[in-house]
Amino acid sequence: MTNALVKEAWGSRLGVILAVAGSAVGLGNFLRFPGLAARYGSGAFMIAYFISLLVLGISICWAEWTLGRYAGQKGYHSSPGIFHALIRHPAGKFIGVLGVIIPVVIYMYYVYIEAWVAGYAYYFLFTDKLSLGSDVAAYKEFWLHYIGAHQNGFLLADGGQVIWFLLGVFILNYVIIYRGLARGIEFFCRWAMPALILLALVVLVRVLTLGTPDPALPDQNLLNGLGFMWNPGNVGEQLRNPELWLAAAGQIFFSLSVGFGVIITYASYLTDRDDIVLSGLTASSANEFCEVALGGMITVPAAFVFLGAAGLAGQGTFGLGFQVLPLVFSKMPVGWLFGGMFFFLLFLAAITSSLSMLQPGIAFMEEGLGLNRKQAVALLGLLTSIGCLFVVYFSKDIKALDTLDFWVGTVCIFLMATAIILYFGWVMGIERGWQEAHKGAEIRIPGFFRIVMRYLSPLYLITIFALFVLFNVFGWNPGTGQFKPSSYVSDLVGAHPNDVARLSVGFILVIITFFLVLIAQAGKRWNRRAAAQAAGGKS
Amino acid sequence: MTTGGWITMILSVGFVVSIFGWSLGKVLFGKEPSEKLHSLDSIDTGDVNGDNGD
Repeated sequence: MTNALVKEAWGSRLGVILAVAGSAVGLGNFLRFPGLAARYGSGAFMIAYFISLLVLGISICWAEWTLGRYAGQKGYHSSPGIFHALIRHPAGKFIGVLGVIIPVVIYMYYVYIEAWVAGYAYYFLFTDKLSLGSDVAAYKEFWLHYIGAHQNGFLLADGGQVIWFLLGVFILNYVIIYRGLARGIEFFCRWAMPALILLALVVLVRVLTLGTPDPALPDQNLLNGLGFMWNPGNVGEQLRNPELWLAAAGQIFFSLSVGFGVIITYASYLTDRDDIVLSGLTASSANEFCEVALGGMITVPAAFVFLGAAGLAGQGTFGLGFQVLPLVFSKMPVGWLFGGMFFFLLFLAAITSSLSMLQPGIAFMEEGLGLNRKQAVALLGLLTSIGCLFVVYFSKDIKALDTLDFWVGTVCIFLMATAIILYFGWVMGIERGWQEAHKGAEIRIPGFFRIVMRYLSPLYLITIFALFVLFNVFGWNPGTGQFKPSSYVSDLVGAHPNDVARLSVGFILVIITFFLVLIAQAGKRWNRRAAAQAAGGKS
Repeated sequence: MTTGGWITMILSVGFVVSIFGWSLGKVLFGKEPSEKLHSLDSIDTGDVNGDNGD
């Protein structure tokens, strides 16, 4: 294979960094991270979080950048192609199926959430639909109705307004992706990411100047809000809690988008002259900046100031984002503006992520099936439309979304990341991987990362995955030592199975089978091309 | 907000701000110019029109 096969390229180093950072920065930075840090006692949580950043996040990130560029130089830009180039065995390319189905399937439900966020931004800025009083129950009911969580098929039958937002963001994603890597994704991220940070800084200033908005409730002030977010509890005791480590590692892992199939695809368009060490570090640190310095300072303190600790109790990511925060902004002076800005920045965070989920699928269809970009965009558009309609139709209790997110958006990502770090440390070999990573590098990776990437990262990742399976699949209770299969399992094989969960898993299996068949065809195409080039080289 | 809270917040936020600032500074002002390859308009991706075949 030669570089002549490389047809796409990034326009600039800053562009690829912003695109990767845009892929990583998403709703979890502003909604999931602050909730976890506050729940687990931020002192202990941040220790586990930063250890996970070093051992899991940045290490696998560098490995993924390296493997992507290495295979890209051999002319492959899709995950199956990259693994075909990396593993010289007929089965190698099939491992790469994970790097296609993960972003494609996640896109099917992520774009739906993106539509929720776009709708909330619109409602805040141009309507008074989210002026629902002081009762969080009203906001919860609005959200449940808005996303069709009460019954399946409701949104399609009654034409819920979210459908129009979904149509809009779906088309916008494909218009941008159709324009290509540099003119589409990179161009969009070059203004969207700075705009996102700017909007977050404006909202942050507003939050930090809230003081004590209600003199009748003097305890609900900014300092106590920051304290609720950052005060450490009993650090020693909390660090012995395995669930804290699972939560911290999981947050780092999913926040940085490692094992998604996105970084490996993006990096495949780089050359030996590009500094992937610095680019990987910058993209990761941009994500951390948005998560810790912006997300950690905005969401929980603002909610505490207006609602107190009780208002935050038991809220998950969606509860915090779509029930608590709209109430908070409705109580804030000029809240319609800051609420609109906050949800618009969430929209930018979401769309820069969803865009990145499309490129791996397009790259595979182009190089595996020989389609041009227009054809690849059309085929992927059709496929993701079907998946998105599936998620939207089975909207009751967001069961389809939740099931896809668990099995693909969590389990498959663990498997993909494990494959990447094991290949880097043990198949390619740490010394060769080290050399590959440093080609064109202006900065050096500290030497101790050799040990981290070869031993600690795989060990830590497998341990975290084992903990994840114990807690979230087998339902292990560390207090009693008993097991009670989680709903993700009992929905499938228990005495009272859930039809939508079963359909969702069936849908995943159909998608996997579909792509495995395509990969088999792609393999023949790649072998023919290799044979032709070998013959050409001899003559 | 306790002293421990202040320390946790300052160390956490300070760390991510420092590393992001340092790495972004390296990208923007390092030896390698950030706009080193070519402008957006000069890139022909070659896959928008016509066949992507080999």
